[in-house]
Amino acid sequence: MTTLNVNGQTLATDASLETPLLWVLRDHLGMTGTKFGCGKALCGACTVHVDGSATRSCVTLLGAVAGKDIRTIEGLSKDRSHPVQRAWIELDVPQCGYCQSGQIMAATALLQQNPTPTDAEIDSAMSGNICRCGTYPRIRAAIHRAAELIKTSGAA
Amino acid sequence: MDRRRFLQTSVLGGGGLIIGISLTGCSKSSDKVQTRGVGGQPNAWLRIGGDESITIIIDKCEMGQGVFTALPMLIAEELDVTLAAIRVEFAPAGKEYTNTLLGAQLTGASTSVREAWTKLRTAGAQARAMLVGAAAEQWQVDAATLQLEDGAVVGTDGQRATFGQLAQAASSRTPPKSARPKDRSAYALIGKPQPRLDTPAKVDGSSVYGIDIRLPGMKYAALAQSPTLGGKALAVDSSAAAKMPGGVRIVTVGSGIAVIADHYWQACVARDALKITWDAGPNAGLNNAKILAGLKAAGGTPQSARKEGDLSAAMLTAKRQVTAAYELPLLAHAAMEPINCTADAKADGCDVYVGTQSQQFAQKSVATALGLKPEQVRIHTQMVGGSFGRRLEVDFIPAAAEASRAIGAPVQVIWSREDDMTHDLYRPPAYDVATAAFDTNSALSAFQLKLTSPSISARTFPAAVEKHVDRFAVEAAANYLYDVPNVSIEYLQHEVGIDVGYWRSVGHSLNCFVVESFMDELAHVAGKDPFEFRRSLLEKQPRAKRVLEEVASRSGWGRAAPGHHHGIAVMEGYGTYVAQVADISVVDGKMQVHKITCAVDCGQMVNPKIVESQVTSGIIYGLSAALWGEVTLANGKVRQTNFDNYRVLRLNDTPELEVHLIESSEAPGGIGEPSTAVVAPAVANALFTASGKRVRALPFASQQGLV
Repeated sequence: MTTLNVNGQTLATDASLETPLLWVLRDHLGMTGTKFGCGKALCGACTVHVDGSATRSCVTLLGAVAGKDIRTIEGLSKDRSHPVQRAWIELDVPQCGYCQSGQIMAATALLQQNPTPTDAEIDSAMSGNICRCGTYPRIRAAIHRAAELIKTSGAA
Repeated sequence: MDRRRFLQTSVLGGGGLIIGISLTGCSKSSDKVQTRGVGGQPNAWLRIGGDESITIIIDKCEMGQGVFTALPMLIAEELDVTLAAIRVEFAPAGKEYTNTLLGAQLTGASTSVREAWTKLRTAGAQARAMLVGAAAEQWQVDAATLQLEDGAVVGTDGQRATFGQLAQAASSRTPPKSARPKDRSAYALIGKPQPRLDTPAKVDGSSVYGIDIRLPGMKYAALAQSPTLGGKALAVDSSAAAKMPGGVRIVTVGSGIAVIADHYWQACVARDALKITWDAGPNAGLNNAKILAGLKAAGGTPQSARKEGDLSAAMLTAKRQVTAAYELPLLAHAAMEPINCTADAKADGCDVYVGTQSQQFAQKSVATALGLKPEQVRIHTQMVGGSFGRRLEVDFIPAAAEASRAIGAPVQVIWSREDDMTHDLYRPPAYDVATAAFDTNSALSAFQLKLTSPSISARTFPAAVEKHVDRFAVEAAANYLYDVPNVSIEYLQHEVGIDVGYWRSVGHSLNCFVVESFMDELAHVAGKDPFEFRRSLLEKQPRAKRVLEEVASRSGWGRAAPGHHHGIAVMEGYGTYVAQVADISVVDGKMQVHKITCAVDCGQMVNPKIVESQVTSGIIYGLSAALWGEVTLANGKVRQTNFDNYRVLRLNDTPELEVHLIESSEAPGGIGEPSTAVVAPAVANALFTASGKRVRALPFASQQGLV
């Protein structure tokens, strides 16, 4: 058994250490908010935070994250109150929505490191996350809006 | 269609009202609606419960296009309730949910709102009349004096009864045939931006897609399919795979070899351990050069999609003729949610959990594979993580049911991204020749298109193309907009060895590039401004002219910034008019797209917020394809495997987008697809202005060093 810290909880899994974190979360731990998109760290749909950094869980093996602090979309807030989620709702960012867990986790990590990103900084930080519905213009606007919400609420 | 439709009601357990719509009420008895459906009620569309719940049954799938919000708006409008008061459920598979514009239960061809527009508003109006009628009878007052307010009927003397309280009495009333949907002037919701009902669950990971289905005892499967399209397995050595962890089971299914394990990763690892000898089949030597050569050399008699005037005579007397040939590549859909299906085969039938645009065909495919009756297959439509036409196909559905039956447990089959990219039903390739003539007055006197491509519908709806030209193959061509006296549009079906599929905007995405690129060439030949040249030929097409003028005005046509160049294109598709101007620059031979300005007239809008999302979505999807999209074959195997070698637009690649929606009271047009098709010619036309280079073969990336 391997022990994982996910969203502040200690969870045990019998998955082999070579199993990508994505599948540990989805299949072993039943947390399906993190999505499978490409399996090669090319699309960002599987983005989670490992010790606060945006990480592609599809290429991150279980053995590499045991004991580290893992945060998934399910752990962002209990009630969609995280500023990034509030901004996403306010701007109605999602269409099919499938990539949005990854987009939100990438945006959250960006804002933690850079609370007031420019368009160019957003472009650079978000270029690893594909959205085939093309919600990009609203993603960019929602990151700016989340930055405002964080500034006014003091929360991140 | 309205005459064939009548409303049905029944009492809901717990004292509720169900409104159903029958599409087969006046037809033969053999056509009768089956007694299945939501809550035991056939053809239910709307349920009002004694607990005040208002539930709308959505016959379509939600793949991001917004039906989960737009269709409830149509009924909420008639019931004078807020959108937030509505609950949404997906309909099961059933003839009663036939899309009247397409002839089967399908989500496609940008029909969702167009098809629901009259049907759902009428259902809402009927429900309203029945609730009001029930209250009027109870209170012994004239129904005309009653009003709806926050989910209740209220009278002039302070009477008030909630929908829930009235539902049972209302259900015993006959649906009044006279009930008419509201007049446009009375709309409180329709035409006004409303928040999407599916957004909250899409920002916290709780929205359940097909791939998220979890059933007790469920196993996961990876599928090995022939690497050569159309090939099959000759021999399988599963000795190593069977010993891998996860209780591996190996089952041969119609579409390949399913490797089943406790967890998906285990199934993937075991699949890689299979040793399979493949028979490459008839496509062993297929490549793109052969496909293109075949299209160019295709013989046979083309079908006429449109013929006006006397083309030959016009060509004979022409002062000048212009001809150009265009080539369009195979394209993959590459939706974000990889292809998947979950099935639970039981003694009495099979439950199938799947994101599908084709519930009825999905049902049939499983029934055929398992030897069941269609009604024994219960389709549970799931949220769809993108589709763009891919999930109109049911090729991926039976495998889960076959695997589930073989092992006696629910099975979820997931395709990897590589499986998806290499086993898509690709957009048809095309080779199209356009010819035009200018008469002695230098007026455009003849326009001819000879389109050659494989037919999707010959495979999917053979009866529909038996006697008529494949209408999907000639979209944006047969409805050529410009006022030219002699027109001939011909289509020659030529199969290329692999099956092709519906790709967002279908024929429009092929033909708009050809028509609008060629019109641009003609404008330059005539020495005219491409916008003015088009406008002068659109006097009989006021809506097309309007969007063209709007986009020219909004984009600053003719006044591009220094170093920037504009290109323009316009199209009608799905009853919607779209015009775009691309703003580009070319520096050291490299093109950059800076901005796309788009004007749209899609008739009456239901939710302008979603309309705008769909327009920008289509532009981004179309621009990805125009810049980089191309599926290539080597020995019948697809070479593109993932997002590293099938490039798509990312946030940092996305140009500025500006959308102008034109208010209109015309009937709603489709909005999910048309903008997709217009961006490629707009960019190609801008490129010509910038560089003098006319690109007649997509993608732009096939031009060395251009993008």
